[in-house]
Amino acid sequence: MSTIASSAGATQASVRAALTGKHRDTAGTVFQVALLASLLFSLAVLLVLVVDVLSKATPVFAERGVAFLTSPLSSNPAKAGVVQGIVGTAVLALIVAVVAIPIGLATAIYLEEYAGDTRFTRFVQVNIRNLAGVPSVVYGLLGLSVFVALANSLDGAGNGRNILAGGATLAVLVLPIVVITSIEALRAVPNSIREAGYGVGASQWEVIRKLILPSAMPGILTGVVLALSRALGETAPLVLAGAVLGSFSGLSLESLFSGSYTALPMIVYDWSRKPQEAFREDAAAAIVVLLAITLFANGIAILLRNRSEKAW
Amino acid sequence: MAQALPASSVISLHGSAARRRRERLVRTVMLSAAAATIVISAFIIETVLSQTLSFLGQINLGQLVGIGWFPRRGIFDIATILIGTIIVTVIAMIIATPVGLASAIYLSEYASPRVRRIVKPILEVLAGIPSVVVGFFALTVLTPALIKPLFNDANAFNLAAAGIGVGILSVPLVASVAEDAMRAVPRSLREASYGLGARKITTSLQVVFPAAVSGIVAALILATSRAIGETMVVAVAAGAPQARTLNPLDPGGTMTSAMVLLASGSDQVTGNSAAFQSLFFVGLLLFAITLALNVLGDAFVRRARQRY
Amino acid sequence: MMAALSGDPLTTAEPLSPANPKPAKPEPIIELENLSFHYGKFRAVKDVTVSFVPNQITALIGPSGCGKSTLLRTINRMNDLIPGTKVEGRVSYHGQDLYAKDVDPVEVRRRIGMVFQKANPFPKSIYENIAFGPKVTGFKGDMDELVETSLRRAALWDDVKDKLGQSGLALSGGQQQRLCIARAIATNPDVILMDEPCSALDPRSTLQIEELMQELRKNYTILIVTHNMQQAGRASDNTVFLNMAEDRAGYVVEQGPTIGLFTNPKNQLTEDYVSGRFG
Repeated sequence: MSTIASSAGATQASVRAALTGKHRDTAGTVFQVALLASLLFSLAVLLVLVVDVLSKATPVFAERGVAFLTSPLSSNPAKAGVVQGIVGTAVLALIVAVVAIPIGLATAIYLEEYAGDTRFTRFVQVNIRNLAGVPSVVYGLLGLSVFVALANSLDGAGNGRNILAGGATLAVLVLPIVVITSIEALRAVPNSIREAGYGVGASQWEVIRKLILPSAMPGILTGVVLALSRALGETAPLVLAGAVLGSFSGLSLESLFSGSYTALPMIVYDWSRKPQEAFREDAAAAIVVLLAITLFANGIAILLRNRSEKAW
Repeated sequence: MAQALPASSVISLHGSAARRRRERLVRTVMLSAAAATIVISAFIIETVLSQTLSFLGQINLGQLVGIGWFPRRGIFDIATILIGTIIVTVIAMIIATPVGLASAIYLSEYASPRVRRIVKPILEVLAGIPSVVVGFFALTVLTPALIKPLFNDANAFNLAAAGIGVGILSVPLVASVAEDAMRAVPRSLREASYGLGARKITTSLQVVFPAAVSGIVAALILATSRAIGETMVVAVAAGAPQARTLNPLDPGGTMTSAMVLLASGSDQVTGNSAAFQSLFFVGLLLFAITLALNVLGDAFVRRARQRY
Repeated sequence: MMAALSGDPLTTAEPLSPANPKPAKPEPIIELENLSFHYGKFRAVKDVTVSFVPNQITALIGPSGCGKSTLLRTINRMNDLIPGTKVEGRVSYHGQDLYAKDVDPVEVRRRIGMVFQKANPFPKSIYENIAFGPKVTGFKGDMDELVETSLRRAALWDDVKDKLGQSGLALSGGQQQRLCIARAIATNPDVILMDEPCSALDPRSTLQIEELMQELRKNYTILIVTHNMQQAGRASDNTVFLNMAEDRAGYVVEQGPTIGLFTNPKNQLTEDYVSGRFG
């Protein structure tokens, strides 16, 4: 009796030992820590970047306050401000929104709702995917030789390097993003909604406009904001399409369209290349403004998205 | 309600002509937009090709080989900026591959939904930082705080810092494409592995990772293409391409930064001088390389999707 | 046969519809003549000739995959939405060919409403769900009244009258399906197509929908696809039995008044199917 009991106890103990794992899984733990460290690396970089920029920018804002935001460009780092960049970036964003959203959304609607799986639509889709991968600087070449030339022929007085040409270049650059994210948003709308709409006698456009687009709106908005914030941060295409590097005078809308314009990332680029150390601080301050605008745009998008989600 | 419609009355099923016109018009507008995207590609290819041909006709091909990249002096040593591109891209991928893949494995296999909800947006923010800002970061932080202390003879403008900057920008892309690929691996495969008593590390590395390998390769190819096309980090942090160099601690340039610097010099090159047209020649090269990589990457993505 | 049917507890709760007095045989409202339907190269339905009488409920039954739903969807041209499909033969509605060149499928769907297998309310309020159809069809009258009438007819008014602003998706499954019926009624059709409307519902909700159908047949012609033979038996006036041929194309085996088809089938296949020997 007692021997059986004790041997049963021994079995129990050995089973428990086996189940709880005799040796710790050292490799597993190390592995997991390494993975987490990699993930934290990105976060740390982001943190260092933000802290560094803020600390460099602080003296500029402390000494000059709002004047930095309202002053024009200057070759004197103590006087230079970013107002032309803010205006330029805002107008560029507007042009991108006006051009890229309708064309991008219409393309997505055509591909997803109207066209079947034809050779033409497959070609358009492959083409859009490839356009999405074209380096932004190549879009600058397109801007330079198509949009600048076009603007030049329309407006003989300037040299065509105006903000319309720059805006069109950025719009084309982000068009694939708008198309691809909109297609995904449309695809996520369940087919039963379409059938229900047709079932009560709605036409195709009524189904799209009144049922599908409202349902897909959060996804579409997210894509649009993604596209806009990409456009806001682009520099290379603007350099090629003729945004001004260095200081210039003039801020009125007239001057924007007749020639000289700049944008916040252009100013950051210009100032970081300048030999004077004081311009580095100005550049950091301009980065703070640029990031603030980008985050602001993202915030608006999140608000819009939440509102349209609440609507139903 | 239904009685309002006696069976004997003549029912018109023609619908309204105005509505049919509107439907046709809307469809045409949508179709035109889709066609416009084709026109854009055609314009890109046409412009770049015709200007490149004009460039090649204008110079003597010997000018494509020389001591370095000095377009304003008529020396277009393409090898200089190709080497610069390779150096920056290799450094970038040395950073982005382990960090991006490890992040992907963590997010896909280890992270709780709560961690994912917090971390994914942060990665998206990182991906959304304008590259000129990362360039500034490379120039003012990475070089003085990392490169200089390690390599005393590094230039204030150097390819290494630019490469690290580009790598940082590429991490989110690698992480998100690779994570998608790993999450697409069916649960049943993981359960089969656990059912055999495998640990999580074994399951992640020997079951999930190989099953997702197409998507992971795609992530690396697409990130490489992105790194090759990255411009402003290099233009800000690496100075300008000059004499041909293999040393990452020297200033230098990539194809993209050479283009931007050419267009942003104080003596902005214009018109049809060879220097101006060399922009398009480099652009064509860049376009061809990235297009080839993207097509290849897409093929891997598709293969990964077909698998499951 | 009938013993099996009346063994179902649900049938005893409801007076059998076939007991309702029949009017003199009226003009058919919808006629299918030699109808065949193709998905690309695959023929899903072949050579179907059936007519449907106004103010009656006709059930389409048959094994799964036999083309019942496809057949139903040719009647309001829902299949037009699937690329690569082709219709042969004639579908007529009040004598008019629905596939004639100058017929607008949108007009067809306004007169022949549809209720789907899975309740699919729009992601909008209950009120908007009903008002959507009338709005797109240019309804000019009192919308509030129309919404109320439609919901009353669908026996949903009392459940929802205090929460018309709430999302239609917040309702229970059975209520959602009745909302979809109300939505179909609101555009003032005279035919309602129901594609397995109860397949996702519990028995109680199913019974409610069946009771509702009995009410609706006073004003509408109802065609219902069902794979539930008991449902066809208790809720329909006429039944069309389809089967799948060797080439997987659906064809009509037998059609007629439901009682006759269930109690005294002329075809051996029908008998096997209604007695549950296959399907």
